[in-house]
Amino acid sequence: MMALLEVKDLKVRVEEREILHGLTLTVNEGEVHAIMGPNGSGKSTLSHVIAGKPGYEVTDGQILFKGEDLLEMAPEERAAKGVFLAFQYPVEIPGVATMTFLRTALNAQRKARGESEYSTPDFLKKVREVSKSLNIPQDMLKRGVNVGFSGGEKKRNEVLQMALFEPSLCILDEMDSGLDIDALRIAADGVNALRSPGRAMVVITHYQRLLNYIVPDFVHVMSRGRVVKSGGKELALELEASGYAQFEAA
Amino acid sequence: MPAVQETVERVKRIDVDQYRYGFETLIESDKAPKGLSEETVKFISEKKNEPAWMLQWRLEAYRRWLTMTEPTWARVDYPKIDFQDLYYYAAPKPKKTISSLDEIDPEILKTYEKLGIPLREVAMLEGVEPKPGEEDPARRKIAVDAVFDSVSVATTFKAELKKAGVIFMPISEAIREHPELVQKYLGSVVPTSDNFYATLNSAVFSDGSFVYVPPGVRCPMELSTYFRINERNTGQFERTLIIADKGAYVSYLEGCTAPQRDENQLHAAVVELVAHDDAEIKYSTVQNWYPGNAEGKGGIYNFVTKRGDCRGNNSKISWTQVETGSAITWKYPSCILRGDNSRGEFYSIAISNGYQQVDSGTKMIHLGKNTTSRIISKGIAAGKSQNTYRGLVTAHRKATGARNFTACDSLLIGDKCGAHTVPYIEAKNSSATFEHEATTSKISEDVLFYCIQRGLSQEEAVGLVVNGFVKDVLQQLPMEFAVEAQKLISISLEGSVG
Ligand SMILES: Nc1ncnc2c1ncn2[C@@H]1O[C@H](COP(=O)(O)OP(=O)(O)O)[C@@H](O)[C@H]1O
Ligand SMILES: [Mg+2]
Repeated sequence: MMALLEVKDLKVRVEEREILHGLTLTVNEGEVHAIMGPNGSGKSTLSHVIAGKPGYEVTDGQILFKGEDLLEMAPEERAAKGVFLAFQYPVEIPGVATMTFLRTALNAQRKARGESEYSTPDFLKKVREVSKSLNIPQDMLKRGVNVGFSGGEKKRNEVLQMALFEPSLCILDEMDSGLDIDALRIAADGVNALRSPGRAMVVITHYQRLLNYIVPDFVHVMSRGRVVKSGGKELALELEASGYAQFEAA
Repeated sequence: MPAVQETVERVKRIDVDQYRYGFETLIESDKAPKGLSEETVKFISEKKNEPAWMLQWRLEAYRRWLTMTEPTWARVDYPKIDFQDLYYYAAPKPKKTISSLDEIDPEILKTYEKLGIPLREVAMLEGVEPKPGEEDPARRKIAVDAVFDSVSVATTFKAELKKAGVIFMPISEAIREHPELVQKYLGSVVPTSDNFYATLNSAVFSDGSFVYVPPGVRCPMELSTYFRINERNTGQFERTLIIADKGAYVSYLEGCTAPQRDENQLHAAVVELVAHDDAEIKYSTVQNWYPGNAEGKGGIYNFVTKRGDCRGNNSKISWTQVETGSAITWKYPSCILRGDNSRGEFYSIAISNGYQQVDSGTKMIHLGKNTTSRIISKGIAAGKSQNTYRGLVTAHRKATGARNFTACDSLLIGDKCGAHTVPYIEAKNSSATFEHEATTSKISEDVLFYCIQRGLSQEEAVGLVVNGFVKDVLQQLPMEFAVEAQKLISISLEGSVG
């Protein structure tokens, strides 16, 4: 079977400094992978390069998504093909109603895939269903994208988009940052509801706590721009006990 | 939002040199001889069958103009205009009195169809929800007075307006049919001696709209004029005069397009508004004249004087403008708040891209007691353009309790453009309260990437973010215009990002 995502020996530079020094990661459909590591180890860099954020120079290696060369695709093309990145700090877009944004983005993706646009009633129905399950009030959807949202609301808005766009690869960057335990539970429940055999998730986190709620199939430890150890979910608990120091020395 | 999608599709179809409205209509026209002289002024007046007082008025303006020099204080830069190298009058031929639309040259009608202007009937936009409080579909009608080069070729809905007592006609007709009104108000807000371009306009204006709404009448529909400059080397000098008598209300929409040309064309309009006691005038403009090509060649020079006089107590004048076109824009729609408790508003979106230069803003002159004004300006600069907000707020000695709120926000796209804010504030009494806020920001790469990660192209993302930035102002526009403006905004930003 072809892997959903294959990152092979990836080397990435930012402003002449190499951040990723040959990173390899394989993710199959239906799997949930956790990537753990100390601050500055390159976790966000990896997620940005997969999503196609400008400013990163790939000097070596390869990223294949469904067997295709992801690095050849424009970032919006990657989105339309099913790559979704839930941002650590979702941005605010003043004056653009969340509902308008959701619809514009969803239709842009559908159009890129040669699918018809959603009709207004179908779209509204879908948004209502999903937002209800995520405890997102309709009122929030009328406000500007993330404008005046609490930390928890911003993260739920990310999960809402994930549910609407139905991507095949979800990368969640530090989803737990800034969330209290209740907010974390709601967001994690939303993510768990989206686990499916056809979809894979890469959960990036500094802390083990999140993985109590989103239980991964695999855990990778990143340090200084490389994956230094991989294992099952028990690896997260191990790390919790021993810390990252052992890898920092490597 | 379907409008955004649609915009984006349109943007894709257009490349930077392909100005959407850049087609030319081949019709014969009746031109004045090239250049400006007393003979030109007489020629125009004669063509219009004007009474003697009108010709006198024009000639006085012309003689005044000869003594004046072009203003140079605006932050715009252009080669000297040779005023003798222009045609000051062009009318479509054959020239005869037109009583119905069927008599209009089909070529002209086709032009308007290309522009999407509903001359034959009101085109209701599908799927657009009415604004709260504007449910009555009959209220959504628009009467169009189309100005083709210098002559107004068609006025629709005349009969219905007549029933309400509203006079809406080309100003050339009003000069003949309602001389007492024209004589009373013309030049009473913008005097013939006001400024270089206004004086020039007074001498050679060819046509424009005239509106009079009698006391207590709420104009039953939006009034609209689409201007279009077609003839080569023709300066277009419209003159618009709108009067809302006591307790009257009128909303007026002005839209402008011009075909694409290599040489620059001059446009110097004058708009005068008069609001008596308890009257309200809402004046909206969407201006998308040809801005010049990617190298900055061609485009319209737009030197416009627009001024409203809140002559009566409790009167209100509101200017809303969306400026996306023209090579040079020099425009300061203003309010003279003469009546006690009168109110002036200015909502503006000014977008510049390519080599466009915009110097625009407003003046709020507080003369009466407890007068209030509000200025919301959104400037967006992209490409190699320069975008200046220039504003003046003054309160005179007797204007006790005057209040102004000003918010100027500028957004920069790229790093080769410039945004400038030049506010002048002057209070001659201590009870005036002026508040001023200004921000300048660059369009955020993180915000763009967020949108792109969700499937939008770079251009779609810029369009969305900019539409959000200008939302406060868009909301002030009548619905049909808001939709049109939203599309224009994205179109005019096309090619603004790497
Ligand atoms: N835009 C950038 N410019 C310069 N250095 C950067 C940039 N982005 C990330 N880095 C550096 O790359 C390293 C990895 O950062 P990051 O991927 O954010 O790590 P993590 O998400 O694991 O905390 C850090 O040393 C960081 O300072
Ligand atoms: Mg990070």
